[in-house]
Amino acid sequence: MSAINKVFVALLVLGLAAPLFKNIVYPVFLMNVLCFALFASAFNLLLGFTGLLSFGHAAFFGFAAYVTGHACKEWGLTPELGILAGTAVAAVLGFVIGSLAIRRAGIYLAMITLAMAQLVFFVCLQAKFTGGEDGIQGIPRGRFLGLVDLTDNVSLYYFVFGVFVLGFAVIYRAIHSPFGQILKSIRENEPRAISLGYDAEKFKLVAFVLSAALSGMAGSTKSLVNQLASLADVHWHTSGEVVLMTLLGGMGTVFGPIVGALTVKGLEHYLAEQGSWVTIVTGAIFVVCVLAFRRGIVGELAAVFRKSTAK
Amino acid sequence: MTEIFGISPQALLSQLLIGLVNGSFYAMLSLGLAVIFGLLNIINFAHGALYMMGAFGAWMGFTYLGLSYWLCLLLVPLAVGAFGIVIERTMLQWLYKLDHLYGLLLTFGLALIIEGLYRQAYGVSGQPYSTPELLRGATDIGFMMLPNYRAWVVVASVAVCALTWYVIERTKLGAYLRAATENPKLVQAFGVNVPFMVTLTYGFGVALAGFAGVLASPIIQINPLMGSNLIIIVFAVVVIGGMGSIMGAIVTGLALGVVEGLTRVFYPELSSTVVFIIMAIVLLVRPAGLFGREK
Repeated sequence: MSAINKVFVALLVLGLAAPLFKNIVYPVFLMNVLCFALFASAFNLLLGFTGLLSFGHAAFFGFAAYVTGHACKEWGLTPELGILAGTAVAAVLGFVIGSLAIRRAGIYLAMITLAMAQLVFFVCLQAKFTGGEDGIQGIPRGRFLGLVDLTDNVSLYYFVFGVFVLGFAVIYRAIHSPFGQILKSIRENEPRAISLGYDAEKFKLVAFVLSAALSGMAGSTKSLVNQLASLADVHWHTSGEVVLMTLLGGMGTVFGPIVGALTVKGLEHYLAEQGSWVTIVTGAIFVVCVLAFRRGIVGELAAVFRKSTAK
Repeated sequence: MTEIFGISPQALLSQLLIGLVNGSFYAMLSLGLAVIFGLLNIINFAHGALYMMGAFGAWMGFTYLGLSYWLCLLLVPLAVGAFGIVIERTMLQWLYKLDHLYGLLLTFGLALIIEGLYRQAYGVSGQPYSTPELLRGATDIGFMMLPNYRAWVVVASVAVCALTWYVIERTKLGAYLRAATENPKLVQAFGVNVPFMVTLTYGFGVALAGFAGVLASPIIQINPLMGSNLIIIVFAVVVIGGMGSIMGAIVTGLALGVVEGLTRVFYPELSSTVVFIIMAIVLLVRPAGLFGREK
């Protein structure tokens, strides 16, 4: 069994067994970590594997949360349909913002996505269905397929874990397909990819939409977990947070975003009482990562591992 | 009183003036961003935080040291500039050989740190700062009452922008700067100390943000979040104008402020988003920006 498969099996077992330790780790915290791990993995598809830095991914995450919240609360949709609705809307939003953003590259793309996400933020602030400053509260968790009651934290945990595995499988499949290879070639050398006959714009857009849709899926799931969709989810702080998770965990690595999400969320959990120190520590991690630690936790570990096997 | 589209000229003119004042801040900040980007190839995400530091600097100078507004207008930009130079020497200079995105990420982290520290110290409620005596009140200019301080903001920022433009486009120092933007290696080979110039440029761009902060202090609520809310709009302004020209940054900033002011009169619901909508349209029609050059 290869190393990566061992990690997979270990993670799967750990994920399935986690509710047994609910006295040690709070299930809602774990579910939030899973949602953010999916969010960061989806973001990593764009930053790590296509080389596009979006600074506006909160728009997809947060807006999908509103859509799911509204669909489940006002229309009485079942949770899986609610998540599907959120994901679909995020994909459409990703198509609109993506087609604008990929008209420019590099830093401009980051600024454009940030600005477009701010537009989405103001729309959410002013629109009727989002509840403005209050957000959508008391979103029902509902019954999965109309059968399984999800109000219980353990059954909801397995539901969320299922969503995560599904989303993660899609990302893993995309990265290790010919499509993923072309994305990497665009990241490394776009003119050459174009000269080989690949329509780089189209591939970038597809990657953007895929990433946006999966980010939306994560946001939708999170709105069911916390029974809340709020402005915090569409705020640029969330966009920055997902960048940090990916950077800290290791961009362009398969497991990096999961490690990053766990670390950042854990940190926030323990610093939550300390007021603004969360922001300060987050900023400091950014600075340290960029200056000294650009491969991230998983990237550094992989490098050490490779060195030891090469000997 | 006659009305234009059901709106009194008074309301229209006062919103136009507010737009022009906001535009002045957009212009100064996007100018600083453009100057820094030109030489350092870094988008300074911390620009908003440094602008906030400028405003707080004026407030702290008055509250703790009793310094007058005019003294702060001179000293605070220097202090913020010096702070910028420290950042450039200790952190940014290691990133020039890397992908430009790292500069954005590093300065984003810095912005979070600065914002967090101020929030920890002063909370999120605004601090008031009184207008200097010389500029209180309003002047009747026939068709409207012109608040003196707002007029001063527009005049001061246009003067600073014009001066910057003159130095960069018309002096020998500016010629070095433009040459180093095009080809730093060659300029260095001619015996110009390019790394030193880069440091000073960052310090200057940042000082401009500090200056804007001091100018803003009497007309806004000084709070730690004021910078980050503004910087995103300024990014959109930069995308609309394109980073190609100094003049472009100034003109786009002022113009978008005015457009925003007019939107507030005719369609208030859109006033917070109009800049982003314009950005989307510009990207569709002219992706390089109004004054930008396609690479």
